[in-house]
This record gives sequence, C-alpha cells and structure tokens, in this order.
Amino acid sequence: MKICYEVQKDDYDSAGRVSSQIKKTLKQMGFGPQMIKRVAVSSYESEINLIIHSLGGTLCLEVDDEGIITLACDDVGPGIPNLDLAMQPGYSTASKKAREFGFGAGMGLVNMKRMSSAFDIASSGEGTHIRMVFHD
Amino acid sequence: MKLAQIKAELQAEAVQMNDPHILEQDFKHVFASDLMSDALAMIHEGEHVLFLTGLANVQTLRTAEMLDIPVIIYVRNKQPDAKMMEMADELGISIFNTHLTMFEACGILYGMGLRP
Repeated sequence: MKICYEVQKDDYDSAGRVSSQIKKTLKQMGFGPQMIKRVAVSSYESEINLIIHSLGGTLCLEVDDEGIITLACDDVGPGIPNLDLAMQPGYSTASKKAREFGFGAGMGLVNMKRMSSAFDIASSGEGTHIRMVFHD
Repeated sequence: MKLAQIKAELQAEAVQMNDPHILEQDFKHVFASDLMSDALAMIHEGEHVLFLTGLANVQTLRTAEMLDIPVIIYVRNKQPDAKMMEMADELGISIFNTHLTMFEACGILYGMGLRP
C-alpha cells in the first residue's frame, strides 16, 4: 500500500492535514498507538519542514506486506546547505513566520531520526530526500 | 490528579469540552512549551499528559492530535478562534484557559505532584 500527498510551500493553513490523514490510515490498518505516534510525529515534522523550508514536495506513506512502514519526504529544493548543522539539536534556520507558528526549535530532523528505526537523508540544491523506516 | 482538581487550582475555564467526563480523567504529566517540536519529542503516553502553552493557534491542536493529548490549557487567557474551536471539536480535544502566566501555572501543577 502506498499513498502520496503533495505539500505546498508556505501553506501554513493546511499544516498537519496530511499527517492527520496518515495517522487515520495507520489506525484503520490496526497499528498500535505507540507505532502510530512515532510515524505521526515524524510525518508532522516532515510536513512542517516542507511548508516552512522547501519549495514544495511530497510525503509518501508505504506499508509493505510485513507491516513495515516507510515515510518518504521529497522536495524540489532549495536543499540544506549544511546537513551536519541541520541535524544538530537546536540548530534552526526557520523564518520569523515559522517561529510565530511554534516551529523553528531546531528539533525537527532530530525528532524524525529519534522516532524512526532507520533514517536516511540526502540533500542538494535540487532537493532534499528523507526516508524513514518504522518497525518494532 | 483529576482534571477537575487541576482546573480548580489553575482557576481555569472550559472553552471547548465535548465530554464532561474528561474532568474525571487522571493526569500525571505536563508538557509546557510554545515550541511544538519540543512537545513532539515527548515519549509519555498522551492520554495522561496535559499540554500547557501560551501559543493559541491551529498548530498546538495538530501537535496534541499527533501525540494523542486530550487536553490543552492556554495560559494568560489566550482565546482560540472559531476555526480552532471547530477543529478541537472534530479532534475531540478539550481546551481550557487560565489567566495565570506559564510560570505560575507550572509552579502550581508541580506543587500538585504533576511531573514532566
């Protein structure tokens, strides 16, 4: 099963809608609350990042036959100039507007890595690609 | 600690409450922050967690939704707008507000035995 959602740049009003949908889908599929929370938090952080940092992108949920969940977050730029810094807790380049919304704590990528069983990130000027796998 | 007792100690008002039974629910933990990613790093089971914040916007509701937190308390009498009330209703999240500051509210809750 694979479902992809588009997330637009600066679409603050919709922020969280995709993650809410992903959470509902996982609940309907019978996943436990702890697993759903790990995926929902990672999805929400990804969605927020797409809105506040990217030029737009997609968030895809995939569940394989063995129940292993994969979240893929892909955008079309502008890329993260320094990944090591971006992965550092507390480091943030969020705009004033993003901070007004309660984001920009510099914990987004850190939370995503912490919540997932496997976390891969690659970034260039053409886009950032994050893949998170979740299993018990 | 029952929510009814917490509400009384914080002199809080119910702004949005679908089910009054929530007042009988026990809460053990409080997370107080205006930074949503700090809240999202929480590991506690959401149903026993109160989310205390001074930021009254839709993202506080979404954050509570992702963490399965059933109650948000806004400090300094922050009022949710109509859109937030509607969303809280849909998500089954109860909203309270108190005129106390974040510091005062946290001090009272800690004194009552609630913990991070």
